[in-house]
Amino acid sequence: MARVVFTRNLQRHVECPPVTVDAGTVGDALSRVFAEVPHLKGYVVDEQGSLRKHMVVFVDGEQISDRRHLTDTVPENGEVYVMQALSGG
Amino acid sequence: MSDSLLHVGTRKGLFVVEGAGADASVVDAHFVGDNVNLTLTDGRDGTWYAVLDHGHFGTKLHRSTDQGASWEEVGVPEYPPKPDDVVDIDMWGREREWALGGIWALEVDPATGGGLWCGTTPGGLFHSADRGRSWVLIDSLWNHEVRPRWNGGGLDQPAIHSICVDPRDAASVTVAVSSGGVWRTLDGGASWNPHTNGMVAAYVPPEQAEDPENQDPHCVVQSQTRPEVFWCQHHMGIWRSDNDLESWVELHAKPSSFGFAVAVHPDDADTAWFVPSHSDQKRAPIDGSVVVNRTRDGGAEFETLRKGLPQSNAYDLVLRHALDIADDGERLAFGSTTGNLWVTDDQGDRWHTVAQHLPPIYSVRYA
Repeated sequence: MARVVFTRNLQRHVECPPVTVDAGTVGDALSRVFAEVPHLKGYVVDEQGSLRKHMVVFVDGEQISDRRHLTDTVPENGEVYVMQALSGG
Repeated sequence: MSDSLLHVGTRKGLFVVEGAGADASVVDAHFVGDNVNLTLTDGRDGTWYAVLDHGHFGTKLHRSTDQGASWEEVGVPEYPPKPDDVVDIDMWGREREWALGGIWALEVDPATGGGLWCGTTPGGLFHSADRGRSWVLIDSLWNHEVRPRWNGGGLDQPAIHSICVDPRDAASVTVAVSSGGVWRTLDGGASWNPHTNGMVAAYVPPEQAEDPENQDPHCVVQSQTRPEVFWCQHHMGIWRSDNDLESWVELHAKPSSFGFAVAVHPDDADTAWFVPSHSDQKRAPIDGSVVVNRTRDGGAEFETLRKGLPQSNAYDLVLRHALDIADDGERLAFGSTTGNLWVTDDQGDRWHTVAQHLPPIYSVRYA
C-alpha cells in the first residue's frame, strides 16, 4: 500500500486528504485517487494524463522522472507527494 | 439591474463595478487571489461565467446563476489525443502538446440553447451545447492544413481570442487568432476559410507578409447593426473591412495605431474606440499620457480623448479584452495592467477613474 499526499494549496479547490491506495506505479496511485475524487484529476494532470507543467511528484523523497506516463515505481509502503513547483510562481 | 454592472477580470480576482460615470465603484469581489482571465454574461439566462487560470492546476470555468452569490465549476475544453501519424511541430521546433493551455475567448452561440463558443490555446475552437458542462473540439478548424502553421503571438502557442457570431446568421462565425489570421465558417463550423486580404505583416520576410496565417489580429469585432463591417486592431495597426471580409483597408490613427483592443458602437458601425500604445517596440503610452482614440467616420479621422485620463507619468498597457462598450453605446470601460480602471458615460468625452489599485487587469466586460 502507498500513501498519497496532496499539496495544501490544492485543498482550497478540491478536498483531497491523504489516502492509502494499492499501487505499483505513480500512475496507478493517482488513478485510484481520481476514481474516488474525479474532480481532482484535472487539477493534477492534463487531458492526456501527463503531469501538469508546474506540478511535481515525489516518491519517497525522489522526484519522478516520467511526467508523461507516470510509470515511476512506488514501493510497498511508499509515500507519494503531489506538490506544486516553485517554477509556477 | 444587471445592465449597470461591469465585470473586471484581473490577476487576483474578479471585481464587480456598479454605477456609471462618476458614480461607478467596485462593489464586490470574487475569487480573490485567483487569476481571472475572462468573463461572459449570457444574456439569455443571466448566467455569469468566469475563466480562472490557476497556473499550477490549469484553466477552469466557473458559472453562477445567482449573480455571484454562489459559483459552480463546470467543464473545460479538452483536446483529443494526438494520433501517432500526425505531425504537429510548433514554431519552436517542438512537438505541439495537444492539451488546453488557456481560454482566450468565450461567447454565446445563439443558435443553440445553452450554446457557447470557446477559443483556446494552443489554437482549438470548442463548442458547448450545455452551458459549459461539456465541450466539443471543432475538428474542421483544428485539422485544417494551415492550422499547424499558426504561431504564438504574445504566448508561445497560438490563441483564438476573438469570436464574432454573425447577427444575420449564427452559423456564420468569424474567429481571430494570434498569430494565425482571421477565419470564418458559413456553415456552423463545418468548413473554414481565411479572410485577411489587405492585411500585411512586417515581422516576417516580405514574400510572406500577406500570408493569412502570418497575420496577427489582436482583436476583431463585427458590427451588430451593419454586420458586413469588421474592425481589427492588428499587430501592425488598425484595419477595417466594410465588404463582409472580402478585403481589409488599413487606417492610420494619431498618435499611434498600435494597441490591442477595439470597441465598436453597437448601433453605429462607423464609430469605434482604440487605446493606443507607443509602438510594438515600446508598449507604453506616448509621453506617459493615457489616451483613447475614437473615430465616428469609419476611420477616416480619429479624435484623441484625454479628459479625465492621466497625462503624465502613466505607463498603463491595455490588453485586448480590457476595453468594452455597453449596449447603450454611451458607456465604455477600460482597465490596464497597472490596475487602473476608467469608465465613461458619454462615449469617452470624459473619463472617470474607478480604481487605481486593482491587480493587473486582463478583461473588462459589461454584464
